[in-house]
Amino acid sequence: MTNYDLIIIGGGSGGIAAAVSAYDNGISSILLIEKEAYLGGILLQCIHNGFGLHTYKEELTGPEYANRASSELLKRKINYKLNSMVIDITPDFVVTYTNKEEGYQQVKAKAIICATGCSERSRGAIAIPGDRPQGVMSAGQAQKYLNIEGYMVGKKVFILGSGDIGLIMARRMVLEGAEVLGVAEIMPYSNGLNRNIVQCLNDYNIPLYLSHTVKEIKGQGKLEKIVICKVDDKLQYIDGTEQEISVDTLLLSVGLIPSNPLIENLGVEIHPRTKGPIVDESYQTSIPGIFSCGNSLHVHDLVDFVSLEGKKAGFFAAKYIKNELCTNQKVDIKNGVGVSYVLPTQVDIQNIDELQINFRCVKPFKTCYIIVKNGDKVIKTIKKPYLVPSEMEKVVIKKDLLQNLDYLTVEVVDG
Amino acid sequence: MYDVIIIGAGVIGASIARELSKYTLKVLVIEKENDVCEGTTSANSAIIHSGYDPEPNTKKAYYNVLGNKMYDKICQELDVSFRRNGSITIAVDDEEAKILDELVERARLNNVEVKILNQQELQEIEPNITKKAIKGLLAPTAGIINPFELNVALMENAMDNGVELSLNDKVLKISGEFGNYQVNTTKSVYHSKYLINASGVFGDEINDTINKSYFEIKARKGEYFVLDHFDNDFIKHTLFNVPSSKGKGVIVAPTTSYNYIVGPSSEFVDSKDDVSTDYITLNQIKKSATNLVDNIDYSKQIRQFAGLRAVSSTKDFVIDSPKKGFINVTGIQSPGLTAAPAIAIDVAKFIEEKELKVTYNPRRKPIVRMKNLSLEERNALVKQDPRYGNIICRCEKISEGEIVDAINRNCGATTVKGVKKRVRPGFGKCQGGFCEVSVVNILSRELNKNILDIEYGKKGSNVVSNKMGGASND
Amino acid sequence: MDKMICIVCPRGCHLEIDENNNVTGNFCPRGVKYAINELSHPERMITSTVKVLSGDLKRLSVATSKPIPKEKIFDVMNEIKKVEVRGPLPINSVIIENVLGLNVDIISTRVLKEK
Repeated sequence: MTNYDLIIIGGGSGGIAAAVSAYDNGISSILLIEKEAYLGGILLQCIHNGFGLHTYKEELTGPEYANRASSELLKRKINYKLNSMVIDITPDFVVTYTNKEEGYQQVKAKAIICATGCSERSRGAIAIPGDRPQGVMSAGQAQKYLNIEGYMVGKKVFILGSGDIGLIMARRMVLEGAEVLGVAEIMPYSNGLNRNIVQCLNDYNIPLYLSHTVKEIKGQGKLEKIVICKVDDKLQYIDGTEQEISVDTLLLSVGLIPSNPLIENLGVEIHPRTKGPIVDESYQTSIPGIFSCGNSLHVHDLVDFVSLEGKKAGFFAAKYIKNELCTNQKVDIKNGVGVSYVLPTQVDIQNIDELQINFRCVKPFKTCYIIVKNGDKVIKTIKKPYLVPSEMEKVVIKKDLLQNLDYLTVEVVDG
Repeated sequence: MYDVIIIGAGVIGASIARELSKYTLKVLVIEKENDVCEGTTSANSAIIHSGYDPEPNTKKAYYNVLGNKMYDKICQELDVSFRRNGSITIAVDDEEAKILDELVERARLNNVEVKILNQQELQEIEPNITKKAIKGLLAPTAGIINPFELNVALMENAMDNGVELSLNDKVLKISGEFGNYQVNTTKSVYHSKYLINASGVFGDEINDTINKSYFEIKARKGEYFVLDHFDNDFIKHTLFNVPSSKGKGVIVAPTTSYNYIVGPSSEFVDSKDDVSTDYITLNQIKKSATNLVDNIDYSKQIRQFAGLRAVSSTKDFVIDSPKKGFINVTGIQSPGLTAAPAIAIDVAKFIEEKELKVTYNPRRKPIVRMKNLSLEERNALVKQDPRYGNIICRCEKISEGEIVDAINRNCGATTVKGVKKRVRPGFGKCQGGFCEVSVVNILSRELNKNILDIEYGKKGSNVVSNKMGGASND
Repeated sequence: MDKMICIVCPRGCHLEIDENNNVTGNFCPRGVKYAINELSHPERMITSTVKVLSGDLKRLSVATSKPIPKEKIFDVMNEIKKVEVRGPLPINSVIIENVLGLNVDIISTRVLKEK
């Protein structure tokens, strides 16, 4: 059995950045395992632009970003395997993967970084009632049919959920000749980026139905109709507001869920809100030696942030392998009022120079304050013109403010 | 001229087909859908009932008890997933506890082993059942089965032994008499000495095309939730509510693949094609299930489905011959899946002149389940066929080799749903979001069909609508 | 006073433009340029795919090299739909030069290898 210092599962932007960073921090015994035929992950089907402004200071398409990221990896002579699926990790870090050429192989690592991305919530996950015809699919699945396979999935389309993939696919389908009849969003505000509302919906006069959802799906073999209706502030259907719409395709963009079946099996503690693992400031999970980054940790708005996170996870995994990671002074970081989750949920300040806490707010705010407390004591306040749940926010706290830590709390309050 | 034509390729039609394939008979199965296992068999609780429940001295009771005993052998011969996990009927109040005692007596009459469990025993063997449970009735011989595998395997084995299957073939008219029945279908005109009506919820309609109407089949819909795998020991037995004045109740049960199902509802519907779900019913199921398990985590739900049961106005299975050579096998509602093999044996007795076939092979070539094999066994397979090393379905860990095999057998898959029913890609958390494209490509390649012609499930449910631009479209 | 959401980057600034073309609400200078352009002659980037006749991919992703006038989007899409390519092609190869005389090229955004 081949031994590696570090095994990275997933060759998307998170895994690539982690591999590069671990290598640059002195770890050369690395194996990255990717299930698809190319490095780059889901970016390869995201042919639209808008990637890389932070990382590369220019606006790239998904495949271009993937190309730049993977060329960094290729430059460094890091071992990687394509078309290879990891099917198991044991408690002593024996990783089983398989591909057509080698069959089922086992390799062992001192540390593992899981960068396995996320999956889209399905119709079943949100229990849309009605018939079960063909034509109801996730937006990302449609994206793969169009952008990778070259097939259209339908001609009259409705989209449930205003997540970015749904908005991007609305425009994509219109450009390829389909009619997109609307987007329904159950919340009273959009979950996609503002720019995507403008350039994917408004540009093509596609209506956005806020506080609406799909109440019923109709059709025997093929989707024929959907019934949309308004919801009240408890997200319950309002009777009498039903509208029937004839469509052959319903795309779902109703949320992404971190995908971690391998380490969930191992018993890694999962955050109830993010559905990804609980991590500390070093991106280490509840199982020492297993690190997590990217969309399998928590769902990001921008790939740039995934790369940044991968870089940090790679850095700390390298420290762990070199026995330089401290874990004896951990304190908790909690979400206070107005905040739905914080990441990380623990910090040992011995490992860092400054602490970055990522979080999302629970609802849209106009002028507001982000408040960070140590115990009851406010240690940092930031004024913000607006905050929305669809955009991940961060606070960075210098180490000198992090003395005599009891526990940290992040709050958002109206200004 | 066929000796026997069977109308319907659900578990009843397929069980009869396999039973008849033991004999030197020319047998044809006609199915209106594009695959076997498309009606009631595809959407039920997947339980092999112990048989304590049906009213004694009914066909239901008789065939249930007989059928239950046959499943170990059948599943071994046909390589079908089956576990005798036992069922527990759970009483949560005194009224229900009293009914349990009556059921013990019924079990004795039906000759089925049962055992009463007290509150403490219940909590010990099923720690996650509701704290409200005061008494339980354990039926150790009850089991769970994969009904898709079963239905496919029965038909595949029947075909291996010479039975013919015609899909997408709907019966339009039946005429003639014993010795020469004529069946006009959407595809052809067939002639047969015997006709067997195993058309499920449509049983009365098929009967009425040639016989006097003497029963009516109503469709009763049952809706369900399916939960993802999360803990193989969360619930080990099939849990039943006590049938009481408050209604028939629901079940919470593991499946052979360690998912959990919660349901069914029970509601008569007008349309025999209506397998829709609705939120009011689904919410009622959730409520009923709290009398079995307190905390079902519906954030693990991955699908909701509904199926129809064929409920006969005779209140029992319809298994008889109203006219020589024409046999009705319909109204086979619960416990029909359990009863099917026993029914098939008796139905075969209607066929008078038949001889055992020496070449009959009761065994189906086992299917590969990579997930269950050791590393060495897997690699031996990959050596033979590298496609067993290529995982297509990441949720259920299904390899390309398994999918190709499911397509290329007798009674092979021709649709995405057909592949899903046979080897499970699409049954997992992503519900096909990741793997469907790959499955479509494999179907297109193996069946030598254009991707545009690959259907998801029913006829007309093509997965893609058109090929995108390019000057020379091919 | 016009209000708009800047689409230059994912930040999506809420911009306000007064009668004298003074822009506020922008995080960076590109917001000013965007707001003024958007009022006079709105432009958009277009991305799509083209058919691959031979290569390791079924479709090759492409993009406009610069934003194009918004009203030309569908005309440019029609040009893109006519194209077929053969590998190998390095990333950012010109697939259509000066599409419709707009002084914008259609370029590939992924490496296309030989089959």
